[in-house]
Amino acid sequence: MGYASKSPWVIHYDGSSCNGCDIEVLAALCPGFDAERFGVINTGNPKHADIFLVTGSVNERNIDVVKEIYDQMVEPKVVIACGICACTGGIFHDCYNVIGGVDKAIPVDVYAPGCAVRPEAIIDAVVQGIGILEKKAEALNASRKGA
Amino acid sequence: MSIVYALIGTLVFAILGPVIGCLLSGLDRKISARMQGRVGPPLLQPYYDVRKLLGKERVSVNTAESAYVIAALVFALLAGGIFFSGGNLLMCVFVITLSSLFFIVAAYSSRSPYAEIGAHRETLQVMSYEPMIILMTVVFYQASGSFDVSNLFNIPIPIIGCTWLAFIGLLFVLTIKLRKSPFDLSMSHHAHQEIVRGMTTEMSGPTLAKIEIMHWCETVLFLGWVGMFFIWLNPLSLVLAIVVAVLVYFLEIWIDNNFARTKWQALLGSAWFIALVCGGLNVIVLMFV
Repeated sequence: MGYASKSPWVIHYDGSSCNGCDIEVLAALCPGFDAERFGVINTGNPKHADIFLVTGSVNERNIDVVKEIYDQMVEPKVVIACGICACTGGIFHDCYNVIGGVDKAIPVDVYAPGCAVRPEAIIDAVVQGIGILEKKAEALNASRKGA
Repeated sequence: MSIVYALIGTLVFAILGPVIGCLLSGLDRKISARMQGRVGPPLLQPYYDVRKLLGKERVSVNTAESAYVIAALVFALLAGGIFFSGGNLLMCVFVITLSSLFFIVAAYSSRSPYAEIGAHRETLQVMSYEPMIILMTVVFYQASGSFDVSNLFNIPIPIIGCTWLAFIGLLFVLTIKLRKSPFDLSMSHHAHQEIVRGMTTEMSGPTLAKIEIMHWCETVLFLGWVGMFFIWLNPLSLVLAIVVAVLVYFLEIWIDNNFARTKWQALLGSAWFIALVCGGLNVIVLMFV
């Protein structure tokens, strides 16, 4: 196991969520679950983060913000769509301003559906995300050695 | 000859400083977690964090930033080397301040509003603790008869007897120097949101890792300052010094977990008040003894 999987720092962005999933994301990071046991830290800074948790659908207003946060994150990075709105647009999918799930804006690695998404589902998704993060870190390392 | 000692000391400190500092930082996070009723991360979590950061892509807002950060790290190592090789305490204080200044310049160079707010606040923190640190150095000279730290092993009684007032002052500004709550204005370790991430807002990957290593070294150096008050002729006093330093570090963690962040006005006012009362009074008393 590399070091990328031992200290996954997360950043959370609320697209156009109803706040249900946001509350669940923050609940998953609360002392009750004590995510810091696994080195998880909730950062507010994309430049420090490894895992991007997005809640809510992407719309015409926030698509640029989502892209900007993703671009500011430093490789290796993983995106997790939290909640059904972030996965597909959910019940808002046919709203006039909604474009759809987060994958309409940036590449998504893990989908965690649910309305609202349960903390257990988020933790499960983050664990899967850590596996992908590890693979990406190895690939980055290999490309560096090759170069 | 003292330059050679300082350079050898720097080389040794460059290896031992980060190792001890990393373990202290891990202990800090573990104890903080226990104080909050959590299990907390593994002891080596700070090491994992730094290794991960070193493996990340190199991204920087400008080319100067990493040069400033490297300078800050090198001067922090040099300050530790000077101190632990028994060198001049005054020089050590100046060199570690130079390290802080390079860190501030690195934050300013990014031109990010958040990093600039952090840099403003760090400047205020330097302004706050510096008078007390200088007065502590003066008191150290008055009590031990020399600025050389190695001279402590020649004195018959530890200097704490006549410098306890300055020691209390040092304990007060130590919280500012370690950037612990209530004085974590420029860069907080706990809340990681926008402004409180302060100076490191624009730093990522390997640059952030260097900042973390610098912080470990600073912690070890400052605890060395705490310990030096308890050193005298007896070599066993080193054990006492280490015990006191560990107790003080625990006190800092306790303070960190129990107090909310203050405003900068309270920081500057209280630090200068403490400097005047603890440092100033101690200097005056020792002048007439």
